[in-house]
Amino acid sequence: MKTEMLDAVESKSLKDNVPHFEIGDIVDVHCRIKEGDKVRTQIFTGTVIARRGRGINETFTVRRIVGNEGVERIFPIHSPNVLDIVAVRSGKTRRAKLYFLRKRTGKAVRLAQRHSDHTVSK
Amino acid sequence: MAMLLGKKVGMTQVYAESGDLLPVTVIQAGPCVVMQVKTTETDGYNAVQLGFDDVKPSRRKKPQIGTAQKAHTTPKRLVREMRLPDDAEPEYKPGDSITVGVFVKNQFVDVVGTSKGKGFAGVMKRHGFGGFPASHGTERKHRAPGSISSFASNAGHGGGPKRGKKMPGHMGNCRVTTKNHELVAIDEDKNLLIVKGSVPGPAGGYCIVQTAKRA
Repeated sequence: MKTEMLDAVESKSLKDNVPHFEIGDIVDVHCRIKEGDKVRTQIFTGTVIARRGRGINETFTVRRIVGNEGVERIFPIHSPNVLDIVAVRSGKTRRAKLYFLRKRTGKAVRLAQRHSDHTVSK
Repeated sequence: MAMLLGKKVGMTQVYAESGDLLPVTVIQAGPCVVMQVKTTETDGYNAVQLGFDDVKPSRRKKPQIGTAQKAHTTPKRLVREMRLPDDAEPEYKPGDSITVGVFVKNQFVDVVGTSKGKGFAGVMKRHGFGGFPASHGTERKHRAPGSISSFASNAGHGGGPKRGKKMPGHMGNCRVTTKNHELVAIDEDKNLLIVKGSVPGPAGGYCIVQTAKRA
């Protein structure tokens, strides 16, 4: 009864159709960014290395290499500031958390996600 | 002035349109029944008595059952009065039902509840004292209150420490009011008030939601 009521409140903030993407995919995350009065969209591209949480707490982590430095951003899936998530390329993985990528540099990062044998559903 | 009795359901999070993630408390408020209307002529002051949450009549004493019968309702577990100004005309009559509709979205409310009991608490937890250093020669005094009085008159000399001196003791399980919660949303079908921030008491505890005294 208690969780029912809490879920009912929470569900209004949840998105109806979260785009499909998998761990290891390279995704474009379209973020809404406010600069003063202006609102613009910024795209953050990188590998999805983790997805965690349930309901409104669900987040995913995107990792990319910028200027030889690893950058990770954690996005709440249901945040209104995350406008769209587009899977650009699939990546084949055998685990749910790709934290081992943090220790890899250069081509080794790319290798882990090369086996793209399933088509990316958009 | 609007007031409702309710039950804390629990806390969750909700996204605002701006993208901010707000911490909210869900309160199941009302429908409350007007048990009795008190007026200056009959009782010396103006008030509306509200009841919330049904209870078996055998659990209540005869006067309470009688009041409920006059209002054509069943006895309630929680009965509280909403005090009205002396010159106010009573808008309600016994038996009326009050729902979350008395509040509007985005208004500010105060919430009264009974805080969670913390037992016998020390001075750091109870009053936010700083305690003593962890090292540099401190021994067995890390969370102690320090000196409680001196011979100086203002620190309470003579008969002992000053009255009201902050000391260890029972903490929690008392009436607490948290003020100026924004009403983030109202669910009229499920009688829910979604209030920004945390509210005193455990989930399932009773609380009183009323229009903010100073918003």
